Amino acid sequence: MSLLLKVSDLWKAYHDSPVLQGASFSFDENCICALMGDNGSGKSTFLRICALLEQYDRGEINYISHGQLLAHDIELRRRITLVLPRIGVFNTTVFNNVAYGLKIRGLGRELIGDRVNRMLDFVGLGHKKKQAALTLSSGETQRLGIARALVINPQMLFLDEPAAFVDVRNREIIEEIILRLKKEGRTTVILTTHDRRQADRLADRLLILMKGRITAL
Amino acid sequence: MSSILEGFGRASSLILHLNAELFAIILLSVKVSGTALVISTLLGLPLGAFLGFKKFPLKGLMISMLNTFMGLPPVVVGLFVYLLLSRSGPFGFMALLYTPTAMIIAQSILAFPIVTSLSHSAILSVDPIIKQASLALGATPFQASLTIIREARYGIMSAIIAAFGRVMAEVGAILIVGGNIAGFTRVMTTTIALETDKGNFELALALGIILLSISLLINLTLHAVQKRGTVQARS
Repeated sequence: MSLLLKVSDLWKAYHDSPVLQGASFSFDENCICALMGDNGSGKSTFLRICALLEQYDRGEINYISHGQLLAHDIELRRRITLVLPRIGVFNTTVFNNVAYGLKIRGLGRELIGDRVNRMLDFVGLGHKKKQAALTLSSGETQRLGIARALVINPQMLFLDEPAAFVDVRNREIIEEIILRLKKEGRTTVILTTHDRRQADRLADRLLILMKGRITAL
Repeated sequence: MSSILEGFGRASSLILHLNAELFAIILLSVKVSGTALVISTLLGLPLGAFLGFKKFPLKGLMISMLNTFMGLPPVVVGLFVYLLLSRSGPFGFMALLYTPTAMIIAQSILAFPIVTSLSHSAILSVDPIIKQASLALGATPFQASLTIIREARYGIMSAIIAAFGRVMAEVGAILIVGGNIAGFTRVMTTTIALETDKGNFELALALGIILLSISLLINLTLHAVQKRGTVQARS
């Protein structure tokens, strides 16, 4: 199923301080887009709004599938997901963290086990599945966040600075995961980063968020 | 000093020889306090969660009142329940005064603010990012709320254990509404009070030792629960 995102004239302000001022962009299906911008430029706000986790003041967020405009309901929310810079680790095992999205969708135990194990192997955490998730290193935690998001097979994945607070080794692993997603071509990825070289390595399209507006490079 | 030691000796003998009267008293204590705890948890946990999740007018006043009621003097609760259940009271027709049910009602009133207020605090202490993470993974608002309650489970368990400790050790309220009737409403704390008055220190001491042991067990459990929660949160 295809899923396109069209953002039009998006406005958002916090306490009268404008963050987004008419941001617009159409995200193609299955592309990797890197959104760059200074600290406080509104990148995270933009992702949270696109992931339907935050209200906006004005503008339009349109998700389109097979030419049909989709309602902003739970069905749509379950086709998209966002990995936050602090992923919000659940106080349980690595396995249960990754299984969360599948459990709330009511999948059977066997199917969950199969998909979670495969996903943990995919992000290189298969050997840590029984470990308490809160004891993982920051790099492993970030990979856990990506596994937790990918296991639900999202059609659109928002990654908010996925490799910002990790060491070189974990950054390489995370980039490798994103490149594999790019190769598979089943998921649209919109990520934010401060690293221009990383954006060049990973993305099909580079976007800049400046003065509340998006410009394609 | 020798009488105290003698008392301890006889108390140990009562415990070791599984004295029937002693065990009936212990059983009733656990039954009354346990039932009161179940009732207060069933009512207090949802209310604590509601206070944690929802915003509404006078919420602050309600929380302040619950915090105040955590320190309710048991005798005042006993008096209040007595007035409600006495023959001339609004519920006098139910003939509940001087029954274990009256004791359960009084202890539930004592435990309820503790469970509610501490559960509310436990839910508030969950990192707000957890809610965002669960919603981002496709949870409905209700599923996200359940996830937050799950994350607060160690704090909630502490709340329940603290309430159990409070009602197990309580004497004022149940003495007023239970009447300390032998074989019917006589529990550990009321027996200790009565037997001490009578000079029968063996049974009082035996029950004191058991009550202290239960209290120690509750506190050890509470400590273990809190330690587990803290270790996991820190790591």
